[in-house]
Amino acid sequence: MALRSAPPAALALAALALAGCGAGESGSGQGPFARYPAKLSAWGLFAGELANHVPAGGVEPYDLNTALFSDYALKFRFVRLPEGPDGDVEPALYREEGPFEFPVGTVISKTFAYPTDFRVPEEGLRPLETRLLVHEEGGWVGLPYIWNVEPTDAELAIVGGPLDVSWIDAAGARIEHTYRVPNANQCKTCHRTDGERVLPIGPQAAQLNREYTYPDQDGTTLRENQLERWRRIGFLAGAPPAAEAPRAPVWNVAPSGSVDERARTWLDINCAHCHNLTGSGRTSGLDLRKDHDNRTRLGVYKHPVAAGLGTGDRVYAVVPGEPDESILLYRLESIHPGIAMPEIGRGLVDVEAVELIRQWILEMEPPAQRAG
Amino acid sequence: MKHASAIWKHCLCTSVCLLTLAACAQEDATLRPGDNDHRTLQEALLTAEPGAVIELAGGRFELDATLSLDVEGVTLRGQGMDETILDFSAQAPGTGGEGILATADDFTVENLAVENTRGDGIKVEGTTGAAFRSVRVEWTNGPDTNNGAYGLYPVQVTNVLIEDSRVRGASDAGIYVGQSANVVVRRNEAWENVAGIEIENTTGADVYGNRAHGNTGGLLVFSLPELPVKDGRDARVYDNDIVENNLPNFGKEGAIVSTIPAGSGIIVMASDNVELFENRIHHNQNSNLAVISYLSTGRAYNDPGYDPYTEGVYIHDNEFIGGGESPNGDFADAFVALAGGAFPDIVWDGVANPDKLVEGEVPADLRLYIENNGDADFVNLDLGSVFAGGEPNVSTDLAAHQGALPAVPQPVDLGAATGGAP
Repeated sequence: MALRSAPPAALALAALALAGCGAGESGSGQGPFARYPAKLSAWGLFAGELANHVPAGGVEPYDLNTALFSDYALKFRFVRLPEGPDGDVEPALYREEGPFEFPVGTVISKTFAYPTDFRVPEEGLRPLETRLLVHEEGGWVGLPYIWNVEPTDAELAIVGGPLDVSWIDAAGARIEHTYRVPNANQCKTCHRTDGERVLPIGPQAAQLNREYTYPDQDGTTLRENQLERWRRIGFLAGAPPAAEAPRAPVWNVAPSGSVDERARTWLDINCAHCHNLTGSGRTSGLDLRKDHDNRTRLGVYKHPVAAGLGTGDRVYAVVPGEPDESILLYRLESIHPGIAMPEIGRGLVDVEAVELIRQWILEMEPPAQRAG
Repeated sequence: MKHASAIWKHCLCTSVCLLTLAACAQEDATLRPGDNDHRTLQEALLTAEPGAVIELAGGRFELDATLSLDVEGVTLRGQGMDETILDFSAQAPGTGGEGILATADDFTVENLAVENTRGDGIKVEGTTGAAFRSVRVEWTNGPDTNNGAYGLYPVQVTNVLIEDSRVRGASDAGIYVGQSANVVVRRNEAWENVAGIEIENTTGADVYGNRAHGNTGGLLVFSLPELPVKDGRDARVYDNDIVENNLPNFGKEGAIVSTIPAGSGIIVMASDNVELFENRIHHNQNSNLAVISYLSTGRAYNDPGYDPYTEGVYIHDNEFIGGGESPNGDFADAFVALAGGAFPDIVWDGVANPDKLVEGEVPADLRLYIENNGDADFVNLDLGSVFAGGEPNVSTDLAAHQGALPAVPQPVDLGAATGGAP
């Protein structure tokens, strides 16, 4: 334990620290979190004014084709890889499926922000929280930081908490919402995708295989495929050319995939971190990963197990052709804590995605024959 | 040297903070209700050392989000199930699906109440070692379709102890043990739930000294399809009071328990090696005790690895009083049409696995045995013949069920292992 090996010099500071007993206003680290910086700025991920999110040297921004819904928050993602012994960046290892294998020392950062008005999303962005995934020798650790109102910095807030926020939505309506920052355990709830280890979810080949507009040093921009760029700058090893890598559709861009492809991709990124064969949703027997064709595990004519009131008086998870008889849709359309799925991180209905899933169920062919 | 500097800061910070924590903990280790109860409790759960005991004072903690625990060996302890109350009435959207969620081994929760969760009460998922002791989970408005589903809810847990606890108002099962192994459920009270106690897809369960009354169904021992952990078996159900479970079913359609007819005492379905003895099963108006296969539910399933048959059930030395006066549900309709009148005390659907018959007979170790249950009566509905396309030979003859099965082995008694009561 660190305490036993503490240098004597630390003892002198303990008296000072005692004054802080019970204050706890920072909500920052104690116990296993004490070792992490209390402020986001200390991670050195951004240059200049922190809220501008200008990546510091060695930090790469990225985006996903189809992302987790988080109450309409806009999300800004970055990754920093460690330096290897030779001083070069130590690359992530390409995998065709699942997240890349990132080296120990990697920091992945995701900032959640709302614009004042979604009709001009680039203006008046207010960052609410930044979640870090830090790859340590013992595995990945999730750390939530909550921004101050100025916003000049964000503070480690392991218990998360509610934040009141309002915006004007794309249709011009004012939305008032209590946004909920998850606690540090809840990071694991989603990211412990195999039921054992905490892992990144988004940075995988199919999700990263897209163009991104990178700011160039001279103020211009450079449009480049993310996988190609990561290969070019030494961020990614073992990757094929982007054209040979899988590419996920963008859930709300029709030309990027069929309804089935887009719906399966949306379910994969929004549900399958728990609903796979080993994640925490395994106990239900529902498997919403995109790359399998077991219809029962996908919910087709599958009875619920522990849904309780979450069934909404519906008998099966998915009834082909009948979205309004499908429990899966019912739970996406609810924000009741005993009904809504996902269970955490969503306090609003993703209206557009519900329409996609509705369409998917509506167009779904019933199985040739039903067993039983 | 940015790197070196960071390491120095890290060491210093760790030492100071740990000292701070220790000093604060000595000053006052008991958490009290205050301005931000979720923050207080969640922070304690996040920063607990392995093996820590988190003491909660008496009073009402107002919680607006799930409390989650992922540190091994933690005990969450109140001052009593009527003194320390965790009230989740104000649980907000997006904050979790249960009151308490524990995902670390050797979790103990004791001497407190969890009230009015929007979803489940206390869930423990995928661990080894979970003890619930003298806990009350209650939806204080009583039976309501919109109450949370499960009260005490270990799932995929090895070594479960649930004792001296009380659960009321669950819209699914009050005490629900799912896909688990080595389970002791004793001296609990479950009332006004859809199902009082449900042991599902679980291997090795000792269920004794419990009182299930006023539920829709008192005690269920089930094995269900389309789940990763299948084939529940080896349950001992004894010395329980299963009384007047006649509450109208208030579960949402779709959940298996919503199909339970009101007035069901004990139902054993698709679980194997179940021994039921010395229970007092009184006045359950649909049927006091039913032994059925999953096939008799008429629910379709798609799970080639699933065994829907109930095999090796031994019912002895139980006391039956009243019950069966108003059979209801599809299952009962069939009986009434065939035989009429009240359900006998022990109802068997008469379905056996046709692939296992030896010269037309069920092998001895897979049979249903019924002995020494006073004047308890019995019916074999012979739905097996119906499923085979024939006419049922409904029989009330107990002679074919004389005999005994070897005692089901006792699962690990967890009382000693968790420092618990005798």
